[in-house]
Amino acid sequence: MSAASSRTGRSLLLLAPLLLFLIGFFVWPLFSMMSQAVSDPAVLKLLPRSAEVLADWDRKSPPSAAMQTALMEDLKAVDDDQALGDMVRRLNSARSGFRTLMGKTTGALDDTTNPPADLVSIDKRWEKPEFWLAIADALSPYTDRNLLAAVDFGRNAAGEIEHLPPDQSVNSVILARTFWIAGLVTFFCALIGFPYAIIAASLDGWKRDLMLGAVLLPLWTSLLVRTAAWFILLQEKGLINDLLLTLGIINSPLALIFNRTGVIIAMTHVLLPFMVLPIYSVLITIPKNLMPAAASLGAPPLRAFLRVLLPLSLRGVASGGLLVFISAIGYYITPALIGGPGDQMISSIIAFYATGSANWGMAGALGMVLLVATLVLYSVYARLSSEEPGRR
Amino acid sequence: MPMKIAKATFATLTVLFLVAPLIAILPLAFTSSVILTYPIPSWSLRWFEELFFADAWRRAIVNSLIIGTGTTLLATVLGTAASLGLRNRLILFRGTMRTLFLLPMVVPAVVLGVGMQVLLAGFGLTNSYLGVIIAHTVVAVPFVVVSVTGALAGIDERVELAAQSLGAAPATVFRRITLPLAMPGVLSGAVLAFATSLDEVVLTLFVAGPNQRTLARQMFSSIRENISPAIAAAAFLFIVATVLIGLVVVLSRSMLAKRR
Repeated sequence: MSAASSRTGRSLLLLAPLLLFLIGFFVWPLFSMMSQAVSDPAVLKLLPRSAEVLADWDRKSPPSAAMQTALMEDLKAVDDDQALGDMVRRLNSARSGFRTLMGKTTGALDDTTNPPADLVSIDKRWEKPEFWLAIADALSPYTDRNLLAAVDFGRNAAGEIEHLPPDQSVNSVILARTFWIAGLVTFFCALIGFPYAIIAASLDGWKRDLMLGAVLLPLWTSLLVRTAAWFILLQEKGLINDLLLTLGIINSPLALIFNRTGVIIAMTHVLLPFMVLPIYSVLITIPKNLMPAAASLGAPPLRAFLRVLLPLSLRGVASGGLLVFISAIGYYITPALIGGPGDQMISSIIAFYATGSANWGMAGALGMVLLVATLVLYSVYARLSSEEPGRR
Repeated sequence: MPMKIAKATFATLTVLFLVAPLIAILPLAFTSSVILTYPIPSWSLRWFEELFFADAWRRAIVNSLIIGTGTTLLATVLGTAASLGLRNRLILFRGTMRTLFLLPMVVPAVVLGVGMQVLLAGFGLTNSYLGVIIAHTVVAVPFVVVSVTGALAGIDERVELAAQSLGAAPATVFRRITLPLAMPGVLSGAVLAFATSLDEVVLTLFVAGPNQRTLARQMFSSIRENISPAIAAAAFLFIVATVLIGLVVVLSRSMLAKRR
């Protein structure tokens, strides 16, 4: 017993470093990304006194003197212009007009020679409960704003969830485009990969080695090298256009790069091995005499294929398809380099929000959408591949 | 018969589709022109000179080697230890841990990159080599775990039990039996970890500063901003390195097989 427990202790000791490392640098980053999506500290950070006073407000009556004093003290205490800008942006997105109102108010508060008695004397708008309501709602440290915006929903003035107007509904277009491109790539990979795997599995000797080697070589080659190769091949004076022009098939160069065609071609090339290998590994477990047996029983080739080979290999196609689709929805490099502005997928938008406009809330919310989609599909894939007979 | 021709044509065309792009890029590394197109006016090594002597490229190569080495060491040690721990079937949550160890392969790089940037900024580790090495190790570790677990599964446990029954201490069994038998898996895991780090762009984009630009990152931005045959030269190096590393793995495996 003690030998077993010391062995268990040793195993745990061996597992602990990687476990801690991944919890710290894999699980935690994902959680902090998600908390970015729901956290909303911009207003609360600057208005702690107002938060206390506003908690007792009935949300309907005109602002009391205590509320105005608290907000004035909070605003006077702000010395960080960037944080102030963040707060004004946040409030302005909840209720337009805040930008000018805040500008006027902070300007008046800076005037120490002639200090204003209260906020209403600076601007009449401070009498309206709507503006105070916007502040009160923004004081919560958590928000569902980003998550709703990620799928093109938002809250109206009354706090009800509603669809954003079409001119702001960009995210659902990009999500739909991501799934459409990933679906097309999966379709083309299956269209090429399934027959390819069938042919490879039916051969033997050097022909089979050649066909498998042709799949493994790109898999081993750097993704960047493959993308660069397609960039060179697809460009206006690239090899493909040269070849087609020389052969007289086309008269002027085709537009193959910075558009959807190029993205689909390059991504199909990059992901084809992930389709071929799972199908192949299922096909080689199917006894070779099944098809001749079907033929000897009078089935024409197509019927034999549809009734025997296709059902048996469908699991391979499903795993391969899921693998390709999962990889495709998260793609960043290939669309970024080969695609045009209209071919950018969700990853590009996340990267734009994160690095381009430092909007961590939206980056986190869209990241969460992509993460959830990926994990759901992966759990289906894991279930499919764990049911494979002959696997441990 | 027409069926057979159709099959052969389809197979040939697909093999061409898979392999031709990789071959087509190679000769362009030796062009003397400043544009990346055929026909090549004359042969020259100027783009390799650019690669090794231009400041941006040379630093990128050095950075890739530093970060790749750090990642390989960290990922191989962590991954091998964890794979050894996973052998014990009595461990609770063994399946959950296995899944966790493989998950970094599945999670989209951009998602991980956003989280990583937020977290590393909190630690003050953005724009540092350590930060990039940590980020690369997260995505490289699954390859080590898969490779070493596979090698360990192939070990006949009776060999270890025999050594133990002959009086070998656990440490001796590990050093003399388990580790040598698992070595091919550890080596190919290390190679895959290095290759992953070498090819990683997205996390680098989020985590690294201008001083940690890797070769892959430099290639990415020069394809985007000012494409030149230096890309083809870099791709040539990548492909040669892939073939060389592949040869090393194959040779070391056959040597190990002979020794047994």
